[in-house]
Amino acid sequence: MGILSGLAKRSATAFTLAAALLPATIVHADEVSIAVAANFTDAMRDIATEFETATGHKAVVSYASTGKIYAQIENGAPFEVFLAADAVRPEKAEAEGLAVPDTRFTYATGKLTLWSASDDLFSDGEAFLKSGAFGHVAIANPKTAPYGAAAQQVLAHMGLWEPFSDRIVRGDTIAQAFQFVASGNADAGFVATSQVKALPPESGTGWDVPTSYYEPIVQQAVLLKKGENNPAALSFLEFLKGDTAHDIVTSYGYGVE
Amino acid sequence: MSFDWSPVFLSLKLAAVTTVVLLIVGTPIAWKLARMRHWIKQPLVSLVALPLVLPPTVLGFYLLLVLAPNGPVGQVVKSLGLGTIPFTFTGLVIASVFYSLPFAVQPLQNAFEGLGDRPLEVASTLRASPLDRFFTVVVPLARPGFLTAAVLAFAHTIGEFGVVLMIGGNIPGRTKVLSVAIYDHVETLEYGQAHLLSAGMLVFAFTVLLTLYAVNGRATFTEKP
Repeated sequence: MGILSGLAKRSATAFTLAAALLPATIVHADEVSIAVAANFTDAMRDIATEFETATGHKAVVSYASTGKIYAQIENGAPFEVFLAADAVRPEKAEAEGLAVPDTRFTYATGKLTLWSASDDLFSDGEAFLKSGAFGHVAIANPKTAPYGAAAQQVLAHMGLWEPFSDRIVRGDTIAQAFQFVASGNADAGFVATSQVKALPPESGTGWDVPTSYYEPIVQQAVLLKKGENNPAALSFLEFLKGDTAHDIVTSYGYGVE
Repeated sequence: MSFDWSPVFLSLKLAAVTTVVLLIVGTPIAWKLARMRHWIKQPLVSLVALPLVLPPTVLGFYLLLVLAPNGPVGQVVKSLGLGTIPFTFTGLVIASVFYSLPFAVQPLQNAFEGLGDRPLEVASTLRASPLDRFFTVVVPLARPGFLTAAVLAFAHTIGEFGVVLMIGGNIPGRTKVLSVAIYDHVETLEYGQAHLLSAGMLVFAFTVLLTLYAVNGRATFTEKP
């Protein structure tokens, strides 16, 4: 018994010494809950990894369409940071007191690409669409996904929204729209340029839609009320404004201010 | 603001077509399973019961793969020049038939098994052919089973969501069924429309089930020997 208590005392001392010598950042690491619009998935994965390495904080990320995330936030979802695919929802969040004032900023400008999984399907995207030589074209749901709304604007601009309405397939998010195209179920689709950039080069056929055909996709981030006092949340937003994040964002085909 | 009623009609149409297909396809399956004495009966019964237990997303996922232009079924369809199956009403019917299969087959199988061999034996001693036996003896006696199968298949298909979300493509008037429309309204905070459709669905479902249990109760009462 005496031997055991001696061992226990020495182990306790050793443990306390070790704990005291641990670097302060690890002891004070926080978690931040981030809701991200689906189009930014690939870029966010890279940014989150860099963020965690640089600061030691942990990023817990959920991906969904901007509209869905906003509806969840309105109903009390525990997100602390919101990366939307538009400026409308962050503005609304701020107006409704769900976001912290003066924390809204543009983290990327989105671009739309008409893409098909088949190689050499078309050389001129606009002519291809107008010819109607396809079974289905996929977009994200315009009501909940800003990229879908932009796709609708493009199709309306070309005068194709009404005539082809029963051939326009709507994905729940831009991710599902992309999946429809990638699996070949839809012959082509309006996806985020970043999604095409994440693929091996020269995959399928792509057409970068002229930006004059749609309202600019201004993607804004905002700090939500729930994350107001979370150092990890504040740290993440600072990181997002920094050079490392900017480099990742541009590498995926987004514009950066 | 004009309200779009097409999801309601679309769901009713899908459920009706699926129910008819299931009664046609499910009856022989249920009959074979009911009469089978072979050891393979239990594995087959389990196979039919799978959609009861599997998450609808599993069914949706495999259908998406199989029906895609590069998938086994999709390739056949494409070579026949019939276009693609996902994102069409036909695709939804196919998915719904799998999704609601056990809801049609199991009540029928139970009804057939409940008959036993006697009525059929007696009918064959009176020189009734197998087909005659089935339609003049089995069907009338198994009527509660047919009714249950039809109503359950119909009601279950009306409530289909996960599978449709995966292979439907949300095309208004084509594949945007009631459950998806409600989901859309909720996602865009259009709670008024969501209420209208949901409350209507609730009332409809309750009425359907009430009718089923009331009619079935009466039928069983008069049909017992």
